[in-house]
Amino acid sequence: MTSLTLGTLTDPERHREPVDTTGTSDADLERYLSSMLLIRHAEQCLAAGRKDGLIGGPVHLGVGQEAVAVGVSAELRSTDRVFGAHRSHSHVLGLGSDVRALFAEILGKETGLSRGMGGSMHLWDGPRGFYGSVPIVAGTVPIAVGAAMAAKMQGTTDIGVAYLGDGALEEGVVHESLNLARVVDAPVLFVVENNLFASHMHISLRQPTDATARFAAANNIPFAIVDGNDVVAVRKATAELVARSRAGGGPGFLEAVTYRWYGHVDWREDIDVGVDRSASTLADWRRRDPVRRLVAGMDAAGKKGSERLAALDKEIGERVANAWKQAVADPYPEAAALMDRVYHPSGAQR
Amino acid sequence: MSGRTKLNYGTAMLAAFEYLLERYPEVFVIGQGLWSPWYVGNSMTDLDKKFGKARVIDTPVAESACTGAAVGAALAGMRPIVVHPRIDFMLYAMDAVVNQAAKWSHMTGGQAHPGLTIRAIINRGGEQGAQHSQALHAWFAHVPGLRVVMPSTVADARDLLIAATLSPDPVLFFDDRWLYDLEDELPPVVELDLAAQRPKVLREGKDLTIVASGWATRLALSAADELATRGTSAEVIDLRVLNPFYPEAVVKSVERTGKLLVVDGGWSSCGMAAEVIASVAEHARVGALKAAPARVTLPDAPAPTSRVLEKIYYPTVAMVVERAAALAAAGRA
Repeated sequence: MTSLTLGTLTDPERHREPVDTTGTSDADLERYLSSMLLIRHAEQCLAAGRKDGLIGGPVHLGVGQEAVAVGVSAELRSTDRVFGAHRSHSHVLGLGSDVRALFAEILGKETGLSRGMGGSMHLWDGPRGFYGSVPIVAGTVPIAVGAAMAAKMQGTTDIGVAYLGDGALEEGVVHESLNLARVVDAPVLFVVENNLFASHMHISLRQPTDATARFAAANNIPFAIVDGNDVVAVRKATAELVARSRAGGGPGFLEAVTYRWYGHVDWREDIDVGVDRSASTLADWRRRDPVRRLVAGMDAAGKKGSERLAALDKEIGERVANAWKQAVADPYPEAAALMDRVYHPSGAQR
Repeated sequence: MSGRTKLNYGTAMLAAFEYLLERYPEVFVIGQGLWSPWYVGNSMTDLDKKFGKARVIDTPVAESACTGAAVGAALAGMRPIVVHPRIDFMLYAMDAVVNQAAKWSHMTGGQAHPGLTIRAIINRGGEQGAQHSQALHAWFAHVPGLRVVMPSTVADARDLLIAATLSPDPVLFFDDRWLYDLEDELPPVVELDLAAQRPKVLREGKDLTIVASGWATRLALSAADELATRGTSAEVIDLRVLNPFYPEAVVKSVERTGKLLVVDGGWSSCGMAAEVIASVAEHARVGALKAAPARVTLPDAPAPTSRVLEKIYYPTVAMVVERAAALAAAGRA
């Protein structure tokens, strides 16, 4: 019996080579780089805001994982139905959400993505196709299947997307969802960001093997396993799965192997809080940085990656700093928001 | 009686499904047993043949994913009705109902509304026991964001199912198999706004107020008939919608009768009867209550299987009559 494994993809001393940019347009490369930098700057800003106490609630940061959302989002359109989880800042920013509105949400402001009612863990940006994120692990997985079923009933070629972590595969509802999606041929893409950790627990302590795509195989769902720190590879794998779903082929499953640089929650690195999370492993993974590898790939192809990095770093850094300042100054919701938003506004509430 | 149709509680729900599926392309039905209607009595006969298996979807044995999927479809603009032939199995879907459906409006700042309806069937008796017989409406009435509907009449079985499905909010619709043979003649459908529905006085009286919902309302009405023969006049109020709960009609009635008996088909502890009594205690004019309120509920034990124990488990008309008569007599000189 041979079982599916991630092989060298979990080894941070491997896969540090420059991203192969062959066949990727200059415009796309620029887009990937600026989108990843926006996510990184935004999350580093949030880490600082949390540390200094301006942010009152937990923030689950995904620095180091930017290539997944950016690569996947490149294949999506605003009428698709995307769902996230507790670590979803990259998912909304990847779809083009306003960074100030994200910050305002996390600060509990009326101008926020969820009008200040959701915070970091309950994000919503319907007009961009982000239908919502929640912190109940796997909570949105069946919901994405249903949104995909609706897309099909509505006669569209839109798809549902469920972002989930490797820990979510340990929840029963994911297996029900994979089974259901296959049986009803729901056009849904399951995107597993396998960062090898659920909170402090390494996957080796939680699952018998490290490749969550084994569950796709078990449900006859087409799947791909990719280096999640290679934005071009993520996009290519996504493109193939998404095209199949849009054409009526039912669900797809993408497993992107990556690593988060911060701990499970907030700004600390959580070195040695979990198993296999040592300073040296983290340092190794930082050398597999998705941003640096894209820049190196652009340099190798004569596309001036380092120059673009320097320029974008400055420009985006300033944009993020300004967005933060504005969000901090933005207004909080009125007290009436507490009761007025429990039900649809058309229904009277006592 | 022109324009009126003779229906029973079960076929009234069937009429509601047909009405919705004919007129609203965004409505679909999903759940276990839908292609084998013995699961749901006479309430869904041949819907799959009439409207197709793409809109009347029988599912894998997966309450959690199917309910979650309905939440997602609702967020995407559909109006799904999820059918759980027994509430007990629906407990696998609690995350989708309580964490997701109930919360989405609030936590998205009122921007996203999963307008799904979950039909949860109460399946009492028949020696089925603890995991096939529960009536858990009070659990869901505890949760802000859910609307909880519990029809006791044939008209409400049809019209509140339609109102629930057309409501933009998530709705738990509890029907009780012990009511399926109840008959009535109904006028054509009028679409109701669920949010505007309130408890209804089904029978006027002056000596005490009996409040109930669902199957328990039938006990209350039969008891009121019996009480009338003994010279006691009972007012019967059917709650209809348990959440949000609007106690005004009950309070008004109790301020007139001075006596309150609540009959509920669920358990006593932290149940719907407790909420009704508490609301009256809070809101009624001081001094309005002329005797301590009382409740008739299930005993606080799981449903038994043995027929002997089952017989003493479920409240009866006689029990309601006895409590009501005692209450009516209380405080009389």
